[in-house]
Amino acid sequence: MIKAVWKEKAVKLMLFATASTSILIVIGIFVFVGKEAGHFAVEPGLQELFGSRWMPVSFQKESYGLLPLITGSLLVTALATALTIPFGVGAAVYIAELARPAEREVLKPFIEILAGIPSVVIGFFGLVVLVPLIKSIFNLSTGLTALAGGVLLALMAIPTVVSISEDAIRSVPSSFKAASLALGASKMQTIWKVTVPAALPGIVAAIMLGIGRVIGETMAVMMVTGNAAVINTSPFDSVRTMTATIAAEMGEVAFGSIHYRALFCVGIVLLLATFGLNLIAQRFLKRYRMG
Amino acid sequence: MNEKAKKIVKRIFISTVALVTALTLIGGCSRRESGTGSEQRFITIKGSDTMVHLASSWAETFMKHNTDIEVSVTGGGSGTGIAALLNGTTDICAASRKIKNKELQLALEKNIHPHEITVAKDGIAVVVHPDNPVKELTLEQLSKIFTDESLRWSDVGGPDQPIIVLSRESSSGTYVFFQEMVLKKQDYMQDAKLMPATSAIIQSVSTDKWAIGYVGLGYALAAEDKVKIIAVKEDANSPAVMPSDQTVKSGQYPIARPLYLYLNGEPKGTVKEFIDFCLSVKGQAIVQDTGYVAIQ
Repeated sequence: MIKAVWKEKAVKLMLFATASTSILIVIGIFVFVGKEAGHFAVEPGLQELFGSRWMPVSFQKESYGLLPLITGSLLVTALATALTIPFGVGAAVYIAELARPAEREVLKPFIEILAGIPSVVIGFFGLVVLVPLIKSIFNLSTGLTALAGGVLLALMAIPTVVSISEDAIRSVPSSFKAASLALGASKMQTIWKVTVPAALPGIVAAIMLGIGRVIGETMAVMMVTGNAAVINTSPFDSVRTMTATIAAEMGEVAFGSIHYRALFCVGIVLLLATFGLNLIAQRFLKRYRMG
Repeated sequence: MNEKAKKIVKRIFISTVALVTALTLIGGCSRRESGTGSEQRFITIKGSDTMVHLASSWAETFMKHNTDIEVSVTGGGSGTGIAALLNGTTDICAASRKIKNKELQLALEKNIHPHEITVAKDGIAVVVHPDNPVKELTLEQLSKIFTDESLRWSDVGGPDQPIIVLSRESSSGTYVFFQEMVLKKQDYMQDAKLMPATSAIIQSVSTDKWAIGYVGLGYALAAEDKVKIIAVKEDANSPAVMPSDQTVKSGQYPIARPLYLYLNGEPKGTVKEFIDFCLSVKGQAIVQDTGYVAIQ
């Protein structure tokens, strides 16, 4: 009897451990990253991070200003979002509401294949095809720009947005649509005035998840944005993102050096950004669900 | 704190301990036995990305002749390789730069004595688009191009066009070498585009008409149909020298660096056999084949 009780307890404890692993890992990451970044706050101090110059390897004076990296990430993310929303939501509406079954059978798997392409491959495609294309379309001296990064990231975010938005649109009860059509609304009116607003929480969640992927993406961006750490707001200039900085520099940096700790500060900023984005997304979802 | 919360905290604590114990055990088991005795049958080489191709070509040929020995090669960068040597997780470190004083100090603290062997030389070629009319540059002009944002091609004998400066990432040994040797330790200009790989530099230079970049000689020669290699002059009065095996070996071409293998202490046993092989006629022929310059 007692044995059986113990066995049950042990199994329960094990399951609890697996369930709480992800919480532990998140806390662990925050503690670990925070610890290294904390060292930076002591020596050389946080004010170093507010500079506008990122020059971590130098024989003169190393600078660790995060501003160019933050503006770089923001610019690329904003461009990618602006491209993702119309294409992603538009495709989802078409597939869910207008496409014939045969069209859907073709469109859906292809969009899902796009999601499965490794980001390095997308990056290389960007470098060889997209960058020269952008250069000649906009008549620039080089195509290594924030825009190239934004387009590639949109390419990677669109499958997520399409697939989740489509589910959301399809799960709108058909009685809604029937009622709208019965009242004399046209098909288009029904889609834009009834179905899409009813599916909005799901669509917003899809967009937020898409942006989440965009901010965290590294390889593709690194290949095409030129990675020059300068502050600028033009999509036709080169930018250096936070993710690319960590990925490019972490491999070679001396363990425990100031540069190493500065990279952890970049990590903290990135972590807080995605954390904040998640909070906002959840608030949005709650508000729409209540309304 | 109520009972329930206490219980949860306790559980989290127990699971953490279990997890940590498990990870420690796994870590302990996977640590390989180190030893440099003659009976060693397994050699690891770690370090410079520039040298990965060279080191793995050596390893392949070496293993063909010594079927009972296994040599494994990984990249990661010169810094990563030296760190691995200091931590005792690699037998040989491949490095495209000399060990830094800081690293040497750290090594001595850990009772590790880095032993340096020069195994090959590598020239760094400066490349531009084939349509660019500029054929030769002095070291001083190169230094200005990579540090001064206002410079245009017309300042160095070309048409009035902007210069698009491409560099490797700051983690690359080539970045630091070029900064030290050509830029005379000045900072790269902030506008310089940092490319993650040599292939990305070749690709961009071959499509951007006014771009300039630097790559290892082997890569430049392999891509000679896509990019143009610039002849470099030591100063305005000296002759322009194209990088090649001969000019790098003789020291005429100014932008060249030695490539090293680092060991802990003098080579002995199997590791010595491998090093001897690298320096042998056969080993140096492989150096030539992979695009670097032999030292023998």
